[in-house]
Amino acid sequence: MNGIVQYFTDIFKAVRSLWKGMRVTGSYFVRPGEIVTQQYPENRKELQMFDRFKGEVIMIHDEENFHRCNACGICQMNCPNGSIEIISEMVPNEEGKPERTIDKHIYHLSMCTFCGLCVKSCPSNALAFGQGFEHAVFDRHKLTKVLNQPGSRIKKKPKAPKPAAGTEKPNSANS
Amino acid sequence: MSFIYDFSSATQAIDQWLKANLSPTGAFVAELALVGLTILLAYAVIGLYLVYAERKVCAFMQNRVGPNRVGKWGLLQTMADLIKLLMKELIPIRKSDKLLFNVAPYLVIIASFLGIAAIPFAKGLHAIDFNIGVFYIMAVSSIGVIGILLAGWSSNSKYSLIGAMRSGAQVVSYELSVGLALLSVVIFSGSMQLSTIVESQANGWWILKGHLPAMISFVIFLIASTAEINRGPFDLAEAESELTAGFHTEYSGIRFAFFFLAEYMNMFIVAAMAATVFLGGWMPFHLGNLEAFNRVMDFIPPVVWFFGKTIFIIYLIMWFKWTFPRLRIDQLLTLEWKYLLPLNLLNTVVIAFLVLMGWYFK
Repeated sequence: MNGIVQYFTDIFKAVRSLWKGMRVTGSYFVRPGEIVTQQYPENRKELQMFDRFKGEVIMIHDEENFHRCNACGICQMNCPNGSIEIISEMVPNEEGKPERTIDKHIYHLSMCTFCGLCVKSCPSNALAFGQGFEHAVFDRHKLTKVLNQPGSRIKKKPKAPKPAAGTEKPNSANS
Repeated sequence: MSFIYDFSSATQAIDQWLKANLSPTGAFVAELALVGLTILLAYAVIGLYLVYAERKVCAFMQNRVGPNRVGKWGLLQTMADLIKLLMKELIPIRKSDKLLFNVAPYLVIIASFLGIAAIPFAKGLHAIDFNIGVFYIMAVSSIGVIGILLAGWSSNSKYSLIGAMRSGAQVVSYELSVGLALLSVVIFSGSMQLSTIVESQANGWWILKGHLPAMISFVIFLIASTAEINRGPFDLAEAESELTAGFHTEYSGIRFAFFFLAEYMNMFIVAAMAATVFLGGWMPFHLGNLEAFNRVMDFIPPVVWFFGKTIFIIYLIMWFKWTFPRLRIDQLLTLEWKYLLPLNLLNTVVIAFLVLMGWYFK
């Protein structure tokens, strides 16, 4: 007798758990508004990539064209496949002492694997990931980019201990 | 516009016109050709749009959009797929059994052709009305498994063979449940003729008139027929994750398309059978003596009723596929032999008793 009761409770439990699963898929079926697929070429204008998307390495510039790179070269050393080249020069500062300054932060997008070691290891948080992803070009030399914008200078730390966040200009480092 | 409600006058007019203009043999051949052509066309169109429907339903259940590039809402996607498959090379398999390998897809597709011929689509739109219609459809739909077994055997590939053997075991066991579930309505209506079964539901569908036992056999029919047409969650015969593509691993081009199309048309036949036997076929939804309500329901053409019910069942089957994980072969056989079959036998006895005592809505 116990076995028979067990047999029928098994059937009812199975039906209930199956119905639970069908309710999930069924509820998605009747709510097409929750579709997450992006209609890419059509919504190109208003497409917003998510924050953690690693599109390309950029250097953060604020609106007065200041960046935070002091040409230490740690990103270049950390890059596993040599896609970063730092070209620095000695420029005398206001006290007249020569100081290492970035001349060209060269980034080879064609070699980058987007591992993120440069962004992670930068001691002054000068690098970040931009969200541009349309990198297709007809000439591969166009994939070699200079990340610091022309005319940009380093933002000295003592003057501004913490530069305000949110002033980044993604996608503006194209050479 | 009255032919939409009753096709028999239209078909009779065509019949008389042909007989007046041709010799008796000529008229007969012409009618055969006409019916064959109509069914062929319907087969292709329904099959293609079932593939499209499956892709859309699956996409919506997974929060995706599905095909939407070819034509409006991707409506021409499956046509494009068919053209692609037609143009692809038919790869010959070395050391395969050539004859069986070439015959197998045709066997599978012929089995589903035979099945679709006996389905009553609407009043007077019924190609062959056998007096053993239910039995005929069951018999014909199990020819398909011979094609699957031949395909698996002749491909000379381990994946194909395992898939085919699984399919064989599955169909042999689930055939019983399908048959017994259909038998319940045969007991209720006292006939195996599909047109009589449909007529007997003029005052209510069997699933309602036969109350609880009919509902149980409807659910069993749905489960067992899903297994019989090798669809998820019972798609062991072509379990992609284990057997690449199961019995049709070695097939390419249009032969693969035949298997694919036959699979979807079998789903249509099963859904049409469920709609005909349990949900009244083309019969509108009638409730006892509510004259006004019945009149309103009669206003909807029978074709719409038939396809509406069939699409509903097809949606249910697709819903199963995209919700449940695939069963293991031993779980599959346990489900049939330990649960479905005993329940079904018990249910059949109960129904026979109910009919004997007259304890159902007449």
